[in-house]
Amino acid sequence: MLNVIWSLLVIVSVVCSFLFGKSENLSAAMVDSGADAVELLLTLAGILTLWSGIMKIAEKSGLTTLLARLSAPLLRLLFPALDKDGEAFGFITMNLTANLLGLGNTATPLGLRAMAELDRLNGHGDTASDEMVIFVVMNTASLQLLPTMLGSLRQSSGSTAPFEILVPVWLSSASALTVALSIAIILNKKNNRTPR
Amino acid sequence: MTLVMPLFALIIVLFGLVRRVPVFDLFLEGAKDGLQTLYHIAPAIMGLMFAVSLLRASGAMEALCQMITPLADAIGFPAEIVPMALLRPVSGSGATALLLSVFSDCGPDSFAGRVASVLAGSSETTFYAVAMYYGSIRVKFTRHTLPAALAADFTALVMSIVTVRLFFY
Repeated sequence: MLNVIWSLLVIVSVVCSFLFGKSENLSAAMVDSGADAVELLLTLAGILTLWSGIMKIAEKSGLTTLLARLSAPLLRLLFPALDKDGEAFGFITMNLTANLLGLGNTATPLGLRAMAELDRLNGHGDTASDEMVIFVVMNTASLQLLPTMLGSLRQSSGSTAPFEILVPVWLSSASALTVALSIAIILNKKNNRTPR
Repeated sequence: MTLVMPLFALIIVLFGLVRRVPVFDLFLEGAKDGLQTLYHIAPAIMGLMFAVSLLRASGAMEALCQMITPLADAIGFPAEIVPMALLRPVSGSGATALLLSVFSDCGPDSFAGRVASVLAGSSETTFYAVAMYYGSIRVKFTRHTLPAALAADFTALVMSIVTVRLFFY
């Protein structure tokens, strides 16, 4: 999909620059964009390195496990059919806690293992199970306690209060999560009334 | 709110000390992971920043925003963030490039800048995540995953405007 979008962006830009007589701007942008991108990458390098380091301490000192244990009773309500001591449920709670802490590197492999376990319980079928739907939906609407990357991007763009958007971000993602989960649960129940 | 990041770091380091883990060694290990992530996302960031900067310099972005403005105004939506909202479910790096473009056009503390920030913080690259998770176990029929996940992105879009209005204006 990105192959199409990226090509479209480039083609539309070049054609528009001819139409609007902005070919000079375009040539300049071609040179500058590389420099801008490198500057952004350096900012990102700082944030990513620092916070990945700090979050590794959180992970290995057991903070992630602690949070996972605290959130387990809540998550059990969403996955009533799963064995609460089983591997699938364990990976799911660990993945969601890692997401909550913004540990993308840790969350993805845990999520893939959770999916592999759910796949086994589903008999390796080619149709998603109820649990898979709920799990993937939670991952696409994941809540993050401290959006460090966002804060740093705001700060490097000259914001006077980079984290003033924190509470709105929480409210907005919590609403998104609630809506998505409600839809997933309702449709799960509806679908299951008629045999698949 | 400026204390959020320092406090977060303090709590984690103290927790690490209480649990007697090698705090600095772990930091180095994590920092290395961070650099590896950067190495993986760098080409995508370069390529998408290139495309977005062409779009801005050619006047195409301006024309697009002008076209959207009447419709966006009618529903109280800042036209500047429409391109970002459209690209967000597909590409994280692309959305970052467009987020920065909103910041440099309107400022991070403007209405559009704040809405764009909240949207970026509360939505995900839905298509990528769905494709990755289901692709890994070769599930073909995802049932209602995509509708539910896209409903989350739409809710985040609406809520980003509602919350910014509620908190700042």
